[in-house]
Amino acid sequence: MENYDSADRLSVTFAALADPTRRAILARLADGEASVTELAKPFDLSLPGVSKHLKVLQRAGLITQSRNAQWRPCRLEGGRLKEASDWVGEYRRFWDESFQRLDDVLQTLIKEKRTDDTARRDNDG
Amino acid sequence: MAKAEYAIEPGKQELTISCVFDAPRELVFRAFTDPKLFAQWWGPRRYTNHIDKFDVRPGGLWRIVQRGEDGSEHGFHGVHHDVVAPERIVATFEYEGVPGHVVLQTATFETLGNKTRMVAQDVFQSVMDRDGMVASGMQEGSDESYERLAELLEKMKSGK
Repeated sequence: MENYDSADRLSVTFAALADPTRRAILARLADGEASVTELAKPFDLSLPGVSKHLKVLQRAGLITQSRNAQWRPCRLEGGRLKEASDWVGEYRRFWDESFQRLDDVLQTLIKEKRTDDTARRDNDG
Repeated sequence: MAKAEYAIEPGKQELTISCVFDAPRELVFRAFTDPKLFAQWWGPRRYTNHIDKFDVRPGGLWRIVQRGEDGSEHGFHGVHHDVVAPERIVATFEYEGVPGHVVLQTATFETLGNKTRMVAQDVFQSVMDRDGMVASGMQEGSDESYERLAELLEKMKSGK
């Protein structure tokens, strides 16, 4: 939750990650560089089909495609993924930590209530 | 200790969080509706909550500013729509860092003996809004590619 720009960039990243084929492509690239042909193979996709997915990933900054080598390998760009995973962690952390704190608040309230009840009983008796 | 469960189905505009608290329902409801108590638990520890508005009635506004030790500030606000003690709270939620993306939140409280189950349903304006908030695409699914990606993300988080 840094600012609007980073939040907006994140929605582009998450939209790119929302597709199982694209996640599989990223997982494959986590093992190392691969050509478009290599990436298309396990998914039963046409080359234009896989290229479309690669374009989305590229636009989201999740991968880059080398212009140097003739086979133009794709590679994973870790930075954007890390930003995305930090954000996910942030959301869960927000609630997990909130609920832990709420637990503490509730236990304090229960203790206070018991003390009140005991005091009242003592006064009555 | 309370352990939250997240239900985030792919392609949906909503998510639910459920959590069981070791306290009677009246107390849990109080912790959600008394601003002094609410400020003690909502959000990560490293932020201090400053309650600007906290009117827990239908139509009542709420606004909270979270201040970090580094001076960073995050504002959140919304409107309460339905408040039925000690069962239900319906309110909107908007993070001021991303204005215009409004979430409709419904929290229900159910008695389980001496405990209370809280179920919070968050409805977003679009699937992309929801995924942007939690990246459900990465949390859901049991296929191998997802698992590998999750492992990768863990490695990245721990900085390896």
